[in-house]
Amino acid sequence: MPSRRALRALLAWTAGVGLAAACNGPIESRPDEVVATGPPAYGDTFIQASIGDIGGLIPSLTSDQSSHEVGGLIYDGLVKQDKDLNLVPAMAESWTYSPNCLELTFKLRRDVKWHDDYPFTADDVVFTYETMINPKTPAPFKEGFLLVKEAKALDKYTVRIRYDKPYARAVETWGTTMLPKHLLQSFADAGTLRESPQNSLPVGTGPYRFQEWKPGEKVVLVANPDYYEGRPYLSRIVYRVIPSQATIFLELKANGVDYVNTLTGIQYARQTEYPAFRKAYRKFRYPGDNYTFLGFNLKDPRFADKRVRQAFAHAIDKQELIDGVRLGLAHEANGPMRPGTWAYTEDVKHYEYSPEKAKALLAEAGWKDRDGDGVVEDRDGKPFTLTIRTNQGNDERKKIAEIVQQRLKEIGIQADIQLIEWAAFIKEFIKPRRFELVVLGLGTGSDPDQYVVWHSSQRGPDQMNRTGYANDEVDHLLEAGRASCVQKDRVRAYHRIQEILAEDLPMIFLFNRDSLPVVTSRIRGVSPSPSGILYNFNEWYVPKTQQRYTSG
Amino acid sequence: MALFALRRLLLSIPLLIGITFVSFVVISLAPGGPLDFLTPEDPNASPEVKERLIKEFGLDRPIHVQYWQWLKRAVRLDFGRSFLPDGRPVLTKIGERLPVTLFLNVIELAIIVGLAVPIGVLSATRQYSLYDKITTVFVFVGFATPDFWLALLLMILFGVQLGWLPISGLRSLNWEYLTFWQQQWDFFAHLVLPIVVATFGGLAGFSRYMRQSMLEVVRQDYVQTARAKGLSERVVISKHALRNALLPVITILALALPGLIGGSVIIESIFAIPGMGQLMVQSVFSRDYPVVMGNLVIVASLTLVANLVADITYGLVDPRIRFGGRRGRR
Repeated sequence: MPSRRALRALLAWTAGVGLAAACNGPIESRPDEVVATGPPAYGDTFIQASIGDIGGLIPSLTSDQSSHEVGGLIYDGLVKQDKDLNLVPAMAESWTYSPNCLELTFKLRRDVKWHDDYPFTADDVVFTYETMINPKTPAPFKEGFLLVKEAKALDKYTVRIRYDKPYARAVETWGTTMLPKHLLQSFADAGTLRESPQNSLPVGTGPYRFQEWKPGEKVVLVANPDYYEGRPYLSRIVYRVIPSQATIFLELKANGVDYVNTLTGIQYARQTEYPAFRKAYRKFRYPGDNYTFLGFNLKDPRFADKRVRQAFAHAIDKQELIDGVRLGLAHEANGPMRPGTWAYTEDVKHYEYSPEKAKALLAEAGWKDRDGDGVVEDRDGKPFTLTIRTNQGNDERKKIAEIVQQRLKEIGIQADIQLIEWAAFIKEFIKPRRFELVVLGLGTGSDPDQYVVWHSSQRGPDQMNRTGYANDEVDHLLEAGRASCVQKDRVRAYHRIQEILAEDLPMIFLFNRDSLPVVTSRIRGVSPSPSGILYNFNEWYVPKTQQRYTSG
Repeated sequence: MALFALRRLLLSIPLLIGITFVSFVVISLAPGGPLDFLTPEDPNASPEVKERLIKEFGLDRPIHVQYWQWLKRAVRLDFGRSFLPDGRPVLTKIGERLPVTLFLNVIELAIIVGLAVPIGVLSATRQYSLYDKITTVFVFVGFATPDFWLALLLMILFGVQLGWLPISGLRSLNWEYLTFWQQQWDFFAHLVLPIVVATFGGLAGFSRYMRQSMLEVVRQDYVQTARAKGLSERVVISKHALRNALLPVITILALALPGLIGGSVIIESIFAIPGMGQLMVQSVFSRDYPVVMGNLVIVASLTLVANLVADITYGLVDPRIRFGGRRGRR
């Protein structure tokens, strides 16, 4: 599922290991025994299993999650997110906005050094900006930088950034990994960043230094003793590539890995519920940073009628989907915002499961079973049949399609299911908007600005407004929301957007999948928060007596 | 003989070009392109990056031009750089994967041959005996057992429950801190399961070939003659029959050569072995054309070479082919 992965990657610069992105909501941590405490100690190796290898070692050039997880440990940005998802200083000491929101000034820390002992200065920040906007740089995410009018180093430790228009995500943009000017200048100018030594032997400012990358096998990082926030406790990180989900699970059962965040629902809920496992690992659960939806093609005349879309929403039992597909490990979604964040509101129209209401709405829109065959027809006697499409290889989405198919049958709509290989699915169906109903997922983002997903200007074949949604008020609110640096004003805009979306239903928001990480119980210092557990990764430690690996 | 080999070698050049051309076209026709994976479905991905990369990779040119550019570089053994963000040379990428796969496959093949020949010979000479029946059942069970299923069962038993063997990977993570002999032992322990799984499946076909070939040979007149001369059964079988029975096996062995570098995707994925199979599958899925093509050229060349080697050795060991049907054979 490249889409979800990429979105995650986008947010991954946040904190520590990068997959910290998550949100407020119930958190479950169930250690089987009271975790013994010991004083924090340096040492030991932390082994994380990953399904995919990293794509490269300059995170700004990659879009896969693994690269951003590893990159997040080697590199740092000017800001990061804390446990409550607020932006807090990282390599910047502080920042200030001019009253009109057009000027942003960062004061940098003076004690930050690159791993090769070069001091980190304002020149590196300006260089990173220039590299990102350079058309020769193949960075997939440069939008935030393109809106910058000017980035200037006022002195060695002060950077001033100017915008033409107020940009709500300005500060967040600067959480991107900073690149070393003294090593990359010539490659950036020549447009050969991918071929630079930095891409195989990266030098960053982050808590961990790069040691080795054996493609397809592992990436090894070692603690940076000179890290500006203090040396992290865990001395060595091994990022093991294990391409098979089944093998990762067996390694976990044999205590071969310390951290896994890719367990399936059934593995998490059933297959790890035995005493030995609960003693060896702590399980965590919090709502993830994504939602799964059932998207309409609004170009289809049948779905142009809001009542039909609302009828579909009433026909679907979200809880049934969550229980059946995720074994309960998800939260009902009612909109595109991340639950628990400041932009989220619960106060929108809900559609309870009610086939009667669904049928009534359909009848109102002119769809009735006129010939008694169980399928509704329009006034000309044309039956309501459609195809639900989703990408192949995603079992969850397939099951959703099947359950939805059954539920639609109850209200007299006959649905077929078609599964298509990812690349073909996007190219042949999604981009040319040749679909009726699709099951897909989207990331919620670390900022509520969802201009590209909902604005009517974004309906082109290569753009992200895939349902073809257009609503003047929403357009206006999206523009207002991204053009303010005052959170209070933004809250109003985003709450209203959610209300309208819940009424208009360009897609049916199904659920937010829960993140389900497990961490070996010899690790201490894990303290669950709304944003997950990885935000304080550098404070995790293993007491001296329980350290398992020699790590130099 | 040398002339024959030379002619075959020259003939394989246009063949190789044909193979690469067809592959190039087919992979380019597959839906989606490298850009769909580099700048995936993402609200914030910049469209101009895509255009920029399309230019850089030369994907905006017509396909025959692209192929010509590729071919010009390929004859100088320059297969370009990967399209993935790591941007590393194709040959480096293949080079770091090849040794593991080659090493594993050579061992596997050696074990398979080492076991299959005696199994086949014994079942042939004792046709319909209890031994023959048991081995027949055994090898067919092996043939029918899915790799991944057997692998998982063995991993659960030896890795999780008994804890005797490591589950996946090639080396323990504390490898650097082990003594030399511990390192050897560690490496060996990691290899046991993958090799067992791979040989178990491969044994069946090979031993059946051996049995069949042996059955045909022992019915021949010259074997009868050897027996009539009063030679012991051991000499008859090992000297007169076996040598002839091995002839078809040579062909099969030679044809297994390209498979040596191909690598098994299933076994490599399950045991997390960074080999050629995984590389090939990943590059196909991410439409990393340079790596796919580099891989194909190597496999295709090896197949052609293997065919040639099979023909030549055949000629060497079988006088009838050398003098008689050279022209008639392909």
